[in-house]
Amino acid sequence: MSLLALQRGFRDWLVTADEGAAAALGGGPGTLVYQNNYRTALVSSLAETFQRLALWLGDEAFESAAARYIDARPPSSWTLDAYGEDFTDFVATLWPDDPEVAEIALIDWTVEQVFVGPDAAALAPEALAVADWETAVIRAVPSLLVLPIATNADTIWRALATGETPVLPERTARGGAFLVWRQGLEPVFRRAEEHERDVLAWSAAGQGFATICERLATSLGEEAAVTAAGTLLGRWLSEGMVAAVDCARLVGKGSNRSSPPLHPAPAASEARRNRGTRGA
Amino acid sequence: MTDRLTGFGLGMRRPHYRAYIDGTAPVDFIEVISENFMIPGGKPLDTLMKARANYPLALHGVSLSIGSADGLREDYLTELRRLVDRMEPAVVSDHLCWTRIDGFNSHDLLPLPYTEEALDVVCRNIDRAQEALGRRMLFENPSSYIAFPGAMTEWEFLAEMTRRTGCGLLLDVNNIHVSAVNHGFAAADYLTGIPMAAVGQIHLAGHVRGEHLLIDTHDQPVPDEVWALYRAATALAGAVPTMIERDDNIPELEELCAELDVARAISADAAERIAA
Repeated sequence: MSLLALQRGFRDWLVTADEGAAAALGGGPGTLVYQNNYRTALVSSLAETFQRLALWLGDEAFESAAARYIDARPPSSWTLDAYGEDFTDFVATLWPDDPEVAEIALIDWTVEQVFVGPDAAALAPEALAVADWETAVIRAVPSLLVLPIATNADTIWRALATGETPVLPERTARGGAFLVWRQGLEPVFRRAEEHERDVLAWSAAGQGFATICERLATSLGEEAAVTAAGTLLGRWLSEGMVAAVDCARLVGKGSNRSSPPLHPAPAASEARRNRGTRGA
Repeated sequence: MTDRLTGFGLGMRRPHYRAYIDGTAPVDFIEVISENFMIPGGKPLDTLMKARANYPLALHGVSLSIGSADGLREDYLTELRRLVDRMEPAVVSDHLCWTRIDGFNSHDLLPLPYTEEALDVVCRNIDRAQEALGRRMLFENPSSYIAFPGAMTEWEFLAEMTRRTGCGLLLDVNNIHVSAVNHGFAAADYLTGIPMAAVGQIHLAGHVRGEHLLIDTHDQPVPDEVWALYRAATALAGAVPTMIERDDNIPELEELCAELDVARAISADAAERIAA
């Protein structure tokens, strides 16, 4: 048997647990050791990544879901940490009537990704110096992820993470979003305010502050739009969510031209399908 | 700056991170699993950078898959090179095994048949890996639970592999013991067949006895049989950087350091005998 054939046969044994595949490897207790190692490592990896989901489902349901996932999605990445990449979508198919399950999984996954995401210094509020608010585009820290959320999964997740009794699941207002980013080395997260998800998406698309205010003004009116955008920017700066404010010409502190109350939005990615994507 | 690996070290594991960051752990070097740090950024890399400032480093991989019949993953080599350039380790190692074939990654160290074909594949892959990293690597003898029919023993395979590629060996003494018991060969024959001049590092660890086989678990203290084999290995190899791997059931750092003192004593005794 060629090396390639042997390795493909070994793969088949691990993935299918078919006795014929084990026999082709010589059978015996050694084949069972490898079979056990394979599945144990994958279940452990999922349990490590999806800790709050495991608490929410209970051990039996979680391990059943993990076993079905392992059967359906043999691992392909070279790091075990990436193995759970499709687990959120998978549990969504197992619990179609309980959307909080997949959303808890999504928060688990996202917090793990943000934890090891790219490093970037946040712009200090006092360092903000914008020459031209007309063209100013807010760039978020690269760790920022914006997740669409339709339930109170974030409240449940926090309770599970801190050992409190979680509330019952319920659906929340349409258009809700959950923000996850890193302050220094620590992941932080909160639910997006009204309009915040839209403003983040517009910024991520490269739209300047003036354009964002114009778009907000269609629903809020001009003055309230500028105030809302400025308030969001102030919050983002204070929360370490902004990496930079880019515009046609940056000038030193103190030379701002007609700065708004406290300003626009950091760029961030809009969630794609059911998964967050990295900020711009 | 890349340091030379000398003395006695430990695998850096999470419960003891603080001691490595503070530089208070009484070890000569640390080893980490490469893949755990082949990441964009964040706290794990920050922790390793801080520990690296205090200790020489060995990067020990588990997913290179040097025995894959379909070659190595270039994206893996790129990420590993990035980590190597960033951390400037004294040693970069992986295992004589395979973990991946086609698009499937087992996340386990799977055994190779010791055939001429496998030797050609492994040597070709080692050449590529060492070229991509721009440095010599060490490869660790595996523990195994299946032995395929082959033209040579594991130690003959390792000897020829080092001769053809110039790579070094990471001699895992526990793995020799586990495989010797599981497959019924003499550990002493293994040691005398190894080109000791190629051994750049030694691993020590514990195992458990299963119903039929010894299982390499890294969750127990180093047992007497492994200490005895370590004594025999150091008598042949002389002073080689040595460390203890403990990945589960991790005790206090003081307990691991006490085990490391046993290794120090055995190595010193061997050095005295060689000098005499």
